[in-house]
Amino acid sequence: MATVLPPPSKRQRTDAADRARLQQNIEEVPKDAGSLRLQFYDETTGLPIGQGPVLVPVADATPRNLELLLNTLQGHDPSEYIPYRFTLPVPDKKTSETTTTAFPTNIYKTLISPGLISTEEVQNISAAPQAVFRVQAVSRCASSIPGHGEAILATQFSPRSSAKMVSGSGDNTARIWDCDTGTPIHTLKGHTSWVLAVSWSPDDSKIATGSMDNTVRLWDPKTGKQLGNPMKGHTKWVTSLAWEPYHTQQNGQPRMASASKDATVRVWSANQQTIELVLSGHKGSVSCVKWGGTGRIYTGSHDKTIKLWNDKDGTLVHTLNSHAHWVNHLALSTDFVIRTAFHDHTGKIPETKESKVSQAKDRFLKAATIQGEVVERLVSASDDFTMYLWDPSKGTKPVARMLGHQKQVNHVTFSPDGLLIASSGFDNHTKIWNARDGKFINTLRGHVAPVYQCAFSPDSRLLVTGSKDTTLKVWDMRTHKLSVDLPGHKDEVYAVDWSPDGQKVGSGGKDKAVRVWRH
Amino acid sequence: MPQNEYMDRWRKLHGRRLDHEERTRKKAAREGHKASEDAQKLTGLRAKLYQKKRHHEKIQMKKQIKAHEERNVKSSAPNEPSTTPLPQYLLDRSNPTNAKALSSAIKNKRAEKAAKFSVPLPKVRGIAEEEMFKVVKTGKKTAKKGWKRMITKPTFVGPDFTRRPVKYERFIRPMGLRYKKAHVTHPELGVTVNLPIISVKKNPQNPMYTQLGVLTKGTIIEVNVSDLGLVTAGGKVVWGRWAQITNNCENDGCVNAVLLV
Repeated sequence: MATVLPPPSKRQRTDAADRARLQQNIEEVPKDAGSLRLQFYDETTGLPIGQGPVLVPVADATPRNLELLLNTLQGHDPSEYIPYRFTLPVPDKKTSETTTTAFPTNIYKTLISPGLISTEEVQNISAAPQAVFRVQAVSRCASSIPGHGEAILATQFSPRSSAKMVSGSGDNTARIWDCDTGTPIHTLKGHTSWVLAVSWSPDDSKIATGSMDNTVRLWDPKTGKQLGNPMKGHTKWVTSLAWEPYHTQQNGQPRMASASKDATVRVWSANQQTIELVLSGHKGSVSCVKWGGTGRIYTGSHDKTIKLWNDKDGTLVHTLNSHAHWVNHLALSTDFVIRTAFHDHTGKIPETKESKVSQAKDRFLKAATIQGEVVERLVSASDDFTMYLWDPSKGTKPVARMLGHQKQVNHVTFSPDGLLIASSGFDNHTKIWNARDGKFINTLRGHVAPVYQCAFSPDSRLLVTGSKDTTLKVWDMRTHKLSVDLPGHKDEVYAVDWSPDGQKVGSGGKDKAVRVWRH
Repeated sequence: MPQNEYMDRWRKLHGRRLDHEERTRKKAAREGHKASEDAQKLTGLRAKLYQKKRHHEKIQMKKQIKAHEERNVKSSAPNEPSTTPLPQYLLDRSNPTNAKALSSAIKNKRAEKAAKFSVPLPKVRGIAEEEMFKVVKTGKKTAKKGWKRMITKPTFVGPDFTRRPVKYERFIRPMGLRYKKAHVTHPELGVTVNLPIISVKKNPQNPMYTQLGVLTKGTIIEVNVSDLGLVTAGGKVVWGRWAQITNNCENDGCVNAVLLV
């Protein structure tokens, strides 16, 4: 008698059924789908690429193929192909407004067959060059380091790597952490009140901390010792700190600006620890200070204005009035390169002082140059629920007014490649904007409480947001969807930062523990 | 047409009396005198009704004054920073932190394992069935057999409850003694919020009372705290939270409870 195979088990049967269903779902693009006529635009400049539209068969129109096509169109060497992110305007059926969406993998199924776009029109595809390196989304809590006795109010990674992070806390100390091992390195004791702002100098040699006790202190990150004396001068607490960009520093004499509630900004010489300039002119608490790479200091204040100062002599260059309420935060399109100076994604540090300066300068120019001009854009977030995009070199008129938030906007950042703006506000949403013209792109919904801070990954493909609802969320900037949800904090998250090499995310909040997240 | 509409029509056609404003002003000015006279002169039922009305008015007035005072206090919020450290961007804002404090206090308490099963009222007075139920004696059969019971204590009845046919309904929960909301106090913060009841979790007297939703002193109820905006560690919004009833609801006409943390 021949051996009869036993009948398939239930698991086998359901597996087979699943497989059959999956195979059915693979959609074929019909042969007669025709061709798409694509016109590429450069997202940084908004100018067309190539001469006239390109004809691409619908079946072959995938982002990967387009990338290849665009690189060939621009005559790039095959070893230096640049990855691109493609977006196209798609009309919404209900509102007849166009929304910018990512170029889908199967354009026939998602856009052509529902009738959203047609093959008879020219499609305007904007192409945004992406970083050649890729940051993986952080997905787990690598370490939760207790140590602080009170809530953590500010964190920042070292510009050199993700190995070191500094955090300022309500227990009057700042602490330096070793993020690779999850252990504390140094405790920076000295302040007599909360440490509100921490800032790592761009060359990784000093840390500045600003505190509720009206002083600014400098520390050596290697030894954890205080450098010199507390820098006194402010009459109210220090709200924000900014280092002079590395490439504009006079040989070995870094300066640092501190903004305070007492309506002044003081520029300190870091070596002599003396006040070099006092920028007074604001009528209210100065909420944010940024030092630009083109010789300007930008300050936003609760008196509704943004002021631009010359960093050589401290004279007022411009006053930007447009906001109707407090200015909460400022961001520069060059923030990331100014913060990291000569530290790039390869991790190589130039040997000599001159090569460091030249590399920092090169990186700055590369990030800031658009069509042969050095352009440093500024975006300001305000309590009047709006943001303004400014191009201070072109005058005091804003480039765009960004409407959409339904409550105060607390934090705003430029992506490191300068193509996107992310803004987070008290209305629980984070919004993504085009950094060239200030057009609204998308809203990231998911938090159930005010979003306090957000930070881009160094390759601009991901965004992490920290919220009052105790979670961090990582968002994908291509699809504008939630990538990873990171619960773990036991209370509000006050500060979040993505390390400049992209490896780790550091966060701190009311639950007193610093958390380091990694892939 | 009702009377008031005639009056309205007349007013539209002919306007007000010429001395209307003066008369209303004078009337309003004399109101105090009128009130005082009424308070002194009225007797009997009218006095009783008048006093009751006046009493309610006074309560409203005092509440309003208190509300105004509280608002004034808030507007002159302390300039110096609070005792809890806040980041720079939250320093000059007046944040409603109550609900938040609630959730963190709850979390802190959770950490202590021993506290998990302790409740504010560990012991309650026993209630006999005779006190709880009244035998219903209506109708021929019901009276003869005496199987129908009316619950004499306040109850919580879920929103989707429909009565069974009279023939099968053994327990009657009177409409007048049903409660939907409870005044829930947070023990550490001392804030009291009026919250909807979701369910009765445990009546310590008798498991049957739990099923019937009887609200007596010491009963554990689940209340809806979603409008407080609490969030779990996982980022989900907290919905239900347990509370223990602290008063004799049948005597007081309201349900007071204390949140279990």
